[in-house]
Amino acid sequence: MTAVLSSRHAAPASAEPSAASGSALAVSFRGLNRTFGAGANAHTVLRDVNFEVRPGEVLAILGPSGCGKSTLLRATAGLDAPSAGSVDIDGTPVQGIDSRCAVAFQEPRLLPWHTLQANVAIGLPKTSSAKQGKSKVARLLELVGLDKFAKHRPREVSGGMAQRASLARALARNPGVLLLDEPFGALDALTRIKMQDLLLDIHAAEPTTVLLVTHDVDEALQLADRIILLGKEEGREHDGATIVRTVDVPGSRPRDRGSVELARMRRSLLESLGVDGH
Amino acid sequence: MTHLGNPGASGNSAYATSMEGLKASGVLKTATADGPGQGGPAVGGAPEQRPANGRSAAGVLGNGWARLLLGLLLPAAVLAAWQWCTSTGLFSSVQLPAPGAVIEAAVDLVQRGELAQHMAISTQRVLLGFAFGAALGLVFGALIGLSKVADVLLSPTIGALRAVPSLAWVPLLILWMKIGEDSKVTLILIGAFFPVFTTVSLALRHVDKNLVEAGRAFGLKGVKLLTTVQLPAVVPAVFSGLRLALAQAWLFLVAAELIASSMGLGFLLTDSQNNGRTDRLLLAIVLLAIIGKITDALLGVAEKWAVKRWA
Ligand SMILES: Nc1ncnc2c1ncn2[C@@H]1O[C@H](COP(=O)(O)OP(=O)(O)O)[C@@H](O)[C@H]1O
Ligand SMILES: [Mg+2]
Repeated sequence: MTAVLSSRHAAPASAEPSAASGSALAVSFRGLNRTFGAGANAHTVLRDVNFEVRPGEVLAILGPSGCGKSTLLRATAGLDAPSAGSVDIDGTPVQGIDSRCAVAFQEPRLLPWHTLQANVAIGLPKTSSAKQGKSKVARLLELVGLDKFAKHRPREVSGGMAQRASLARALARNPGVLLLDEPFGALDALTRIKMQDLLLDIHAAEPTTVLLVTHDVDEALQLADRIILLGKEEGREHDGATIVRTVDVPGSRPRDRGSVELARMRRSLLESLGVDGH
Repeated sequence: MTHLGNPGASGNSAYATSMEGLKASGVLKTATADGPGQGGPAVGGAPEQRPANGRSAAGVLGNGWARLLLGLLLPAAVLAAWQWCTSTGLFSSVQLPAPGAVIEAAVDLVQRGELAQHMAISTQRVLLGFAFGAALGLVFGALIGLSKVADVLLSPTIGALRAVPSLAWVPLLILWMKIGEDSKVTLILIGAFFPVFTTVSLALRHVDKNLVEAGRAFGLKGVKLLTTVQLPAVVPAVFSGLRLALAQAWLFLVAAELIASSMGLGFLLTDSQNNGRTDRLLLAIVLLAIIGKITDALLGVAEKWAVKRWA
């Protein structure tokens, strides 16, 4: 743990994707389209999503509720197949559940009959030995502040703690692509800031590509290298959502939460989301 | 029950009620145990929560021995009323012998060495039939609960078989297996199979899809997914099914022994009826009640443990 935490000061996470190496993988969305149902009931959720996520990049995905953010992550993880187009990871298309990804779902989705420790261990890659796995789980639980609750069952801890265990489970996988679906939504403000910092620490220590779905503009500005905004294009309100805006977030992390430039971007992003930024 | 979508589920009202009971008791609710509304206590205290009010009453009711004693109140009252009825001559001793006469009958049978034999053979038949029936119920329940193909192929047949009233099997079983142990154990097996089969297949179909998806997302599949996510999720339901099956097994035992046997509590019933031995008849009924209750209580202890461990 100390190694990971101190690494942040030794080698601050850079906005340059080239700083990332090792297991971080590129993700490309190619003409991705997802339509649920058929015939008269057909309901297009996502259409024409084209985007290249650089290896090691933290990409925030913003958008109103129900616009297809989770659907996009599920397609990346291989939990859902696009109706048209494809998702490529490291140049090869995702077909079926992809072991290069790890997901922290919008809900904790922990097994209620296992301890938090055993739940986190489910995320371990198949290749890790029992001993390696055990110490890794212990380290991750400590990282997310749950070491004292390792032996507790999910229903014995709060929703926010369960969410952190779910994050630890995804991290246990050492994934090439880390998919986070509103991972901090259930946390109180203080814990959320701690977890955001933690995510940056981990990202700096063990490079991985992060796709972070969030509805929190500040969180996106704080964590991401780039932000994509999903939504309906003007004049095409009856079609599915697509990428309506891409934003490069300036400066390297950790960013000053009070900077003027970020405040301006926040306002502009909120306007794009249809909220008055003042 | 029909909305649960199992064609096999609409056969026998006894199952329907018990499935309702399952849901009411929260056993079938494991599906939502980890939903987003998970706002439990922040500190990991004991999950057990008893209402704080009515402390004295709750205290007495929570004490195992007190509960046992209170549960014996009604049988004691019935016994007293029985004694009163017979001693006032309300019934003749053929219609209703006194409690003392039943005890004498028991002592008599014990001295002849017959009572233990009756009890042992009946218990053996029930346990064998229950074990095989429950095992088959688990296998077929798992198959149909997990595989759509198996469901489509097998469910109509199993549903039709379940619709056959149990006693209709008796002549056929006797024809095929003679009046031996096999035909009786097989009949009990049939009785124990359906409750387990129904609860397991239904429960597996209603395992939280989100949990299964999470398991798959982390690379679990096939047998590993089954043993890690699906089976643990249905353990409490399986135990409820087992308890129903055990009750059903005793029911079918008496049916089997009433019709064709030379030993066992069911035989004791018919034999006593033919010889006008109402005292022995009552004894057989009391013994069936006691042994049935004991086996159910043992399974109940296992169920309690399982629910605590897996739910
Ligand atoms: N399996 C499904 N079947 C039908 N519709 C679905 C399914 N999954 C998602 N949807 C629809 O897709 C839309 C987007 O859902 P989602 O990706 O969860 O939104 P978000 O995560 O942005 O809030 C919703 O309208 C939802 O009803
Ligand atoms: Mg979502």
